[in-house]
Formats: sequence, C-alpha cells, structure tokens
Amino acid sequence: MMTTVLVLTTLAVFATMGLALVRALKGPSIYDRILAVNVFGTKTVLIVALITFITGHFDLIDIALVYALINFIAIATVLKLVKTRNLASATPDDTGDA
Amino acid sequence: MLEAIINILSWLLLLAGGAFGIIGGIGLLRFPDFYSRMHAAGLTETLCAICIIFGLVLQAGISLLTLKLLLILLFLLFTAPTATHAVARAAMIDEVEPVLSEDSPRLVDYEDRP
Amino acid sequence: MRDTIFLIVLLALLWLAISGIYKPAILLLGLASLVLVTWVVIRMKIIGEEHNPTVFAWRLPRFWLWALREIVISNIHVARLVFRPEQISPRIVYQNVHFQRPLGKVIYGNTCTLTPGTVTVQLTKSGTVIHALDAKSADSLAELERRVHWLEGETDEVAAKDAGEERR
Repeated sequence: MMTTVLVLTTLAVFATMGLALVRALKGPSIYDRILAVNVFGTKTVLIVALITFITGHFDLIDIALVYALINFIAIATVLKLVKTRNLASATPDDTGDA
Repeated sequence: MLEAIINILSWLLLLAGGAFGIIGGIGLLRFPDFYSRMHAAGLTETLCAICIIFGLVLQAGISLLTLKLLLILLFLLFTAPTATHAVARAAMIDEVEPVLSEDSPRLVDYEDRP
Repeated sequence: MRDTIFLIVLLALLWLAISGIYKPAILLLGLASLVLVTWVVIRMKIIGEEHNPTVFAWRLPRFWLWALREIVISNIHVARLVFRPEQISPRIVYQNVHFQRPLGKVIYGNTCTLTPGTVTVQLTKSGTVIHALDAKSADSLAELERRVHWLEGETDEVAAKDAGEERR
C-alpha cells in the first residue's frame, strides 16, 4: 500500500515535469523556458527523494540534497547569462539583482 | 493504531502534494502571460514540495533522514523565491510586457512609478 | 566578527549533521572545506546579520508558522484560479516599505514571492514592485508588511491583535 502511494505520487510529479516540459518547448519567451526548467529541476529533487523511499536505498537522499543546491546555482547562472550576456560581469549598481 | 494514523496522514500529504504539482503544471500551460505563469510555478514549488517532504518525513520518523529531508525543504523554500524573483526581474529589465487588468498601473521601474 | 563566528558554527553543525561519518580522515576533509568556504565568504564580503540565527529569537518560528498557514491559504486560492483562468485580474502594486534593516526587506520580498499569487518583481532601497494575480492576493500584502514589522520587534501590535481574535 505504501509503495503504491509513493509510486502514484512519483507518477504525479512526473506528469508535472511533463507539463513543465511542454511549456519549456512552447516558450514563447526565453523567460517562460527558464521558469519551466526551474520547475523541472525542483521536481527532480522531489522525484529523487521519493525514489529513495521506494527503493529503500536511503543514501540517495544526499543526491537530492546536492541537486537542490546545484539546480539553484544553474538557474542563477543562466539568468546572469541572459541578463548581462556575460558570465564574469558584476553589476553593483543594480540593487534589484538576486 | 498510532502507526496507522501516521501512515494515512502521510499518504494524504503525498497525494495532495502530487495533486498540487499537477494543478501547478496545468496552470503553467493555461495562464495567459509569463508573469501569471510565475504564480502557477510557485504553486508547484511551495505547497507541492512542502506536502511531499512532510509526507516522507512522517515515513522516516525521527532520524538523520528526517533532518536531511527538512534541509532539502529549507533549501527549496529559500532558493525558489530567489530564483522566481530573478526570472521576474530579468523579464522586467528586458521589458517583457505583462497582461494586466484595466484598473492596474503599468509595470515600470519603481523610481518611475505613476 | 560575531556574525563570522555564527556562520562558522552553523557550517560546522551542518557538515556534522549531513556527513554522518566521524573518522579522523573524513573530519579533516570537513575542516578543510569549512576553512575554504569561510575564506571565500570573507573574501566576497557577504557576511551579515542574516548569519546570526538568534537575531529574531522566538519571533522567527512563530513567523514561519504564520507564513506556512499563509502559503497553504494562497496555494488553495491560486489552485482554484487555475481552473477558472478567466477570473484572474493581474495587477502591479507599488509598495513603499520601510524596515529597520535590509534583512527585513529581504524577508518581506521572499515571503511575498513564496506565497503564490504575489511575486516581487523589483526590490529597491525605498520600495518594492509586486505582481499580483488578483485583488485578493494583493490585499494580503498589508498583513505581511505588519508581520515583518512585528518580526523585527518594532511593535507588539500583531500579538495584541492575535489575542483580541482569540477572545472573540
């Protein structure tokens, strides 16, 4: 029973990832795509956490932990690239930056 | 008895999390412009994550696993708004125009506000 | 300096909690990473009072509980709107907020974005630009501002109001 619920939830999260993927493919703007990829990354973390419990290999949870952090850095990097067209530049005058 | 209640609560949380994820995904497709889609993305990144992680915490009991799950949730809740804000800010700087209702002011820089 | 010590203690606790292996060789690796991270952070000059977990004391957990409740409410509201997309009326709100410290503003912006229905688009020294999905979402901002003022310890107004609500 437990495994059934876990698998159902995993499938639901997969469905969400599929919907996000459709949005990423449709666009239209680049920001829609980044948003969808961000959702996709968050859901990956949840999938890994769920798979940890389905398989019982509890070491996998560390991968989810690391993925949560890497996903954030990836999004921040992509945004910096989109906004400044340059990964190395800093814009100290823009206080609205994340 | 107590174990059964915890199990059922955990199932409900997991399924609710999955449901909120799908609803957020549908919203991501249905909402008309980029700015309103951000809210749908917020749906999948907050309550969906919270429900699923707490559902798993109920399964894990008090252990190192629970601590790690809560850390994942903490990281997600700290980073998700930052990422969303960064995307929104980038879109604003790039002058992506939002679809707004008639009684709303236009989107401009705070210093140039009407 | 005090904030740096807090950061080091926090990082050390985090490492010990996540690692779970306490052999000398592994502990040495942990120490090395601790020194490296602290050096990088000091070099970046980003240490501030946000690394001090005691800055808001007991008010922080209570604020989190309130934020969690607010997240659940606004999630259900937005979920309802997903099925009636014609009911949304997106709007821009220019909010002039003043908090004691920059951290208050960051918490305000973050919590605002965390609750679906409102997203902080811009955060400047004097105010914020917020995109709200409909009027009801925009209305919740005033309450959030009051709660952050309370979190900073400026007023006990919210506590008094809560007590009033419980009496009714």
